[in-house]
Amino acid sequence: MSLRRPDPAAVAEAELVARLRAGDEAAFVALARRHQATMLRLAAAFVPSTAVAEEVVQDTWLAVLRGIDGFAGLSSFKTWLLRILVNRAKSTGMSEARSVAIEDVGPALDRSRFDATGAWMSPPRHWIEESEDRLLATGLRERLELALKRLPQRQRAIVILRDVDGLSGEEVCGVLGVTASNQRVLLHRARGHLREAVEEFIEP
Amino acid sequence: MRLLPRKDPLVCQEVVELVTDYLEGALSRSDRRRFEAHLADCPHCSEYLAQMRVTIRLTGRLGPDDLSPEMQDDLGELYRRWRVPPSR
Repeated sequence: MSLRRPDPAAVAEAELVARLRAGDEAAFVALARRHQATMLRLAAAFVPSTAVAEEVVQDTWLAVLRGIDGFAGLSSFKTWLLRILVNRAKSTGMSEARSVAIEDVGPALDRSRFDATGAWMSPPRHWIEESEDRLLATGLRERLELALKRLPQRQRAIVILRDVDGLSGEEVCGVLGVTASNQRVLLHRARGHLREAVEEFIEP
Repeated sequence: MRLLPRKDPLVCQEVVELVTDYLEGALSRSDRRRFEAHLADCPHCSEYLAQMRVTIRLTGRLGPDDLSPEMQDDLGELYRRWRVPPSR
């Protein structure tokens, strides 16, 4: 593990973990509140329904309670927690191999947008100065959620962890068991799809 | 890190496919220079990179759904069920 600057959130988290070890229910609920949303999102990438995702999250918390004394603190609590979740979600969910080969390869942006020399034929239009608040409030939020749900499993998991939750690339590799270069390829594809969703929302 | 032919300038399509490696700091020094040299001359690719940054920011704002009160109750109960049992 690389050296990290001690950030306040990590310190607060370590305190909660220590209190949880000491048997503090409030610390458990506080930790759960911190991570529940990401856990649900992530579990949902691997299993067929929200109800099953909720079960996976509950199972994960039970596994955490049982295993907390053995948590060595070599990784962050969060990556430890999410690794447990992913293992459970995968064994509960459908086969991981589902359509990976087809949808995870190929360019992020369709070749038809470029001419034979690789120069733009249909260049991106200018929309970056649109108000992000307004866009999100007028339907883009739902549109992005939908685009996220439609991503192939691994792309979806990676972009949830990186861009929705804010984990580092290194942490994501640890949680999902992918190599750094694979993580980048999948992230690239996923972000490409999401950018297209924004583009289609703005200029249908 | 992807291997690119040495000296040719990058074309737009290549730049688009390298955007994530660029943002992740995964390009070699020389590829980074070629990438930035292309951007300096290409408003479309600069636009694309800016759109990618905006997209990442927008995705980051999807944020967590709030925990439903039922779910919070469930968690408290889960904890107590786990604490109480016989062997502990």
